[in-house]
Amino acid sequence: MNAPHKKGQTWDIHGGIHPPENKTQSLGKPIMQAAVPAQLILPLSQSIGAPAEPCVEPGEHVLKGQLIAQAAGFVSVPLHAPSSGRVTAIEDRPIAHSSGMSAPCIVIDTDGEDRWGERTPIADYTAVERTELINHIRNAGIAGMGGAGFPTAVKLNPPADKPITTLIINATECEPYITADHALILERAGDILQGVDVLTHLLQPARILIGLEDNKPDAAAALRDSLRDRPYQVIEFPTKYPSGGEKQLIEILTGKQVPSGGLPADLGIVCQNIGTCYAIKRAVVDGEPLISRITTLTGNALKTLGNTEVLLGTTMQTLLEAHGWQPTPQSRLIMGGPMMGFTVHSANVPIVKTTNCLLAPTAEELPPPHLAQACIRCGMCAEACPASLLPQQLYWYSRAREYEQLEAHNIADCIECGACSYVCPSNIPLVQYYRASKAELRERAEEHIKAEHSRQRFEFRQERLEAAEREKEAKKAARKAAAAKRAAQKEASTPDGDNSAATAKQAEIEAAVARAKAKKVGIGQPAHSDDNEVGN
Amino acid sequence: MALLHVTSPHMSRAGDTGSVMRHVLLALIPGIVVMTALFGWGTIVNIIWACLLALGMEAMVMRLRKRPPMFYLRDCSALVTAVLLAVALPPYAPWWLVVVGIGFSILVAKHLYGGMGYNPFNPAMVGYVVLLISFPVEMTQWAAPAGSIPDQAPTLGPLSALAASFPFLSSTPVDAFTMATPLDVFKQNDSLMVDELFASSPQFGRFGGYGWEWVNIAFLLGGAYLLYKRIFTWHAPISMLAALALMALIFNDSGSSASGGSPAFHLFTGATMLGAFFIVTDPVSSAVSNIGRLYYGAGIGVLIYLIRSFGNYPDAVAFAVLLMNFAAPLIDHYTQPRTYGHKDHKSHNEDRGPK
Ligand code: SF4
Ligand code: SF4
Repeated sequence: MNAPHKKGQTWDIHGGIHPPENKTQSLGKPIMQAAVPAQLILPLSQSIGAPAEPCVEPGEHVLKGQLIAQAAGFVSVPLHAPSSGRVTAIEDRPIAHSSGMSAPCIVIDTDGEDRWGERTPIADYTAVERTELINHIRNAGIAGMGGAGFPTAVKLNPPADKPITTLIINATECEPYITADHALILERAGDILQGVDVLTHLLQPARILIGLEDNKPDAAAALRDSLRDRPYQVIEFPTKYPSGGEKQLIEILTGKQVPSGGLPADLGIVCQNIGTCYAIKRAVVDGEPLISRITTLTGNALKTLGNTEVLLGTTMQTLLEAHGWQPTPQSRLIMGGPMMGFTVHSANVPIVKTTNCLLAPTAEELPPPHLAQACIRCGMCAEACPASLLPQQLYWYSRAREYEQLEAHNIADCIECGACSYVCPSNIPLVQYYRASKAELRERAEEHIKAEHSRQRFEFRQERLEAAEREKEAKKAARKAAAAKRAAQKEASTPDGDNSAATAKQAEIEAAVARAKAKKVGIGQPAHSDDNEVGN
Repeated sequence: MALLHVTSPHMSRAGDTGSVMRHVLLALIPGIVVMTALFGWGTIVNIIWACLLALGMEAMVMRLRKRPPMFYLRDCSALVTAVLLAVALPPYAPWWLVVVGIGFSILVAKHLYGGMGYNPFNPAMVGYVVLLISFPVEMTQWAAPAGSIPDQAPTLGPLSALAASFPFLSSTPVDAFTMATPLDVFKQNDSLMVDELFASSPQFGRFGGYGWEWVNIAFLLGGAYLLYKRIFTWHAPISMLAALALMALIFNDSGSSASGGSPAFHLFTGATMLGAFFIVTDPVSSAVSNIGRLYYGAGIGVLIYLIRSFGNYPDAVAFAVLLMNFAAPLIDHYTQPRTYGHKDHKSHNEDRGPK
């Protein structure tokens, strides 16, 4: 297995599908610049991990690039003002979420000047301390730009016992319709490679692989042209959805599979999205935090299609209106691609760090789903599953709510790519069932933790009472032995021994809760890694 | 403004279960044409009568189960069952035979088990086996293929065929000319060498049963079309044919009077190709994974040979398929694929062990 492979060799993954690509309509024009909107709405939580904590007050004037919310802990990213203006509110606003929920946001009314605050480029990043460089990237607010949005800096700190040998740059962009990375490469390949240089300096991997599908030879050429004498390999492989999933890409480029429940770092691999590399370049070389991104605007309900560089916090409504979008209550607006993206309930929600595509299709373009028919066990779903699962079994067990069987059939390894639903001749919305089952499993795990907690609390109390009882007995004996009548008063005060036992017990409970929590995260799988969402 | 809320994926491949079934019906046409040319219009009468019955019964069940019949009829699965049973029955079968067969197929084998997708056994084969056991005489009256006997009367046209199946429609009784099938003759033979048998009996053609060769080739063509259209994968049918051929090769005994028949004879006689491409490939009652389908198909191939050679019934496809339908869940259990990122191949249920 560890035999050195041919340069540029690729491996095939199980399953996969070939949906119509629909990419040309948003390509072919230079990247547009979206106007600075009158108001920016910035959700405090734009990535996996804890929401940022605001460090500005309503009424305060902010400059472009100024820090407005700080990271709250290790897995958390800070937030910056995308343009200059006045903070008008810090309150709950609707955000882009499949459930249509609201969440705390910082609202900025822009002043139209778009005036930069202080920019802090690092003149020679090879000369600064490693930790300082990582901190710089962390402070720039960069989270994986591919889909799930995992804080980038966290991945740059691999555990010491797992040295990184391979850096993989994900330029696959396998979802239909999305061309944000493609357009970025065509125009700014040099900048992207500078970002890769920074990652290479930080991780010192033995090899750097830039992977992309063979449906964008112009992008591969653009990257190769900009390589100069860098030893990076630009590797093209056959187009197939979902080869851009992090786990899938790793298998395609290295022939190895990330262990279930593990991380790419377990294989000595770090995977970063190409858009993330670009953001790193901007942060380190230009000193600009992450305040804008390239988003694909596509779908036949728009008049002008293409890629646009848009300030974070711009609402979808504002952005799409400028492209001739006239929604009706029958309109669908999808954030992300047609395979894994979700419909937003209202267009009055802001663009965030992970918004790689807005798809506004007409009803003819993406017709509403057909009524589901019975499963005929044809096995096409299993053929298509990139995780080698048995989707039809998962479907039966989901319907029957057989949670043990769902776990035994590895539902946790489902990446929700939707390939199974895509091929199902009976039009069964399979992924919908898996999402519901996963949510149910998470809930059950949480309940289990709670039950465990209260059981331990009960046992702990029980033990304390018993300990107190024993103590009493011992005291009584001692009292008798000493024949001291004043002992009765002493008994009221809490003896020391009891306290320390309580502390130990408490620590034990906390450890158990932490363990259980870790397990719980395991069920939510994709949460682990940045590029797991296949959008990129 | 509230927008339309739909869960992902937002695209799906064109086609639905109905279109899969329609492809299957289309692929049956060459076989049906050849059968009609050989045996006359009896096959067509069987098919039309069976389809009417199947649609009627399916609609009735859906009404009873309070489901919209049209939505369920559109998947065409009842039609496929009806046509498969109809071509498996002897041409000019009496009308009531078809009623009983379709009744068992649609009402018992399909809907008593929960309807489309829930039936563990192939409905057409259940209907066939019930008929074969209950009415062995009617089920073994095969019409003689055109041209097998010199001076044979021409095969029956549409009207006579109708009169043959529905005697009460006609004043003069119509009978088709029948004779034993090649598989029967082969089994009963214990004195002649295979070559002599082929030369002396009108039932035999170049390498298979007379005329049956063409029927099998036509069904093979239909199957090739379905494979090309990726309606199913090659695993089950090819593995069944390979297993059957291999068994025949082992027991061929270089054509002696004890021979079980050459591989070519077994592949191109009886219901072999119909079974391989239209029955064994029924997804509902087969094993699920590709590897599972290899075992499933091989099992059927071996059983067909054993039942043909050592059993009491002339053809064996139906029994072999039903037996392997029994085994399908077991095969599924032992052929689960290895999930991405997992080390072990084996069934995960077993990891847990008994409680
Ligand atoms: S693709 Fe659909 S119909 Fe076929 S086995 Fe899977 S769930 Fe069942
Ligand atoms: S959604 Fe899950 S089960 Fe379906 S194909 Fe993707 S990984 Fe497999």
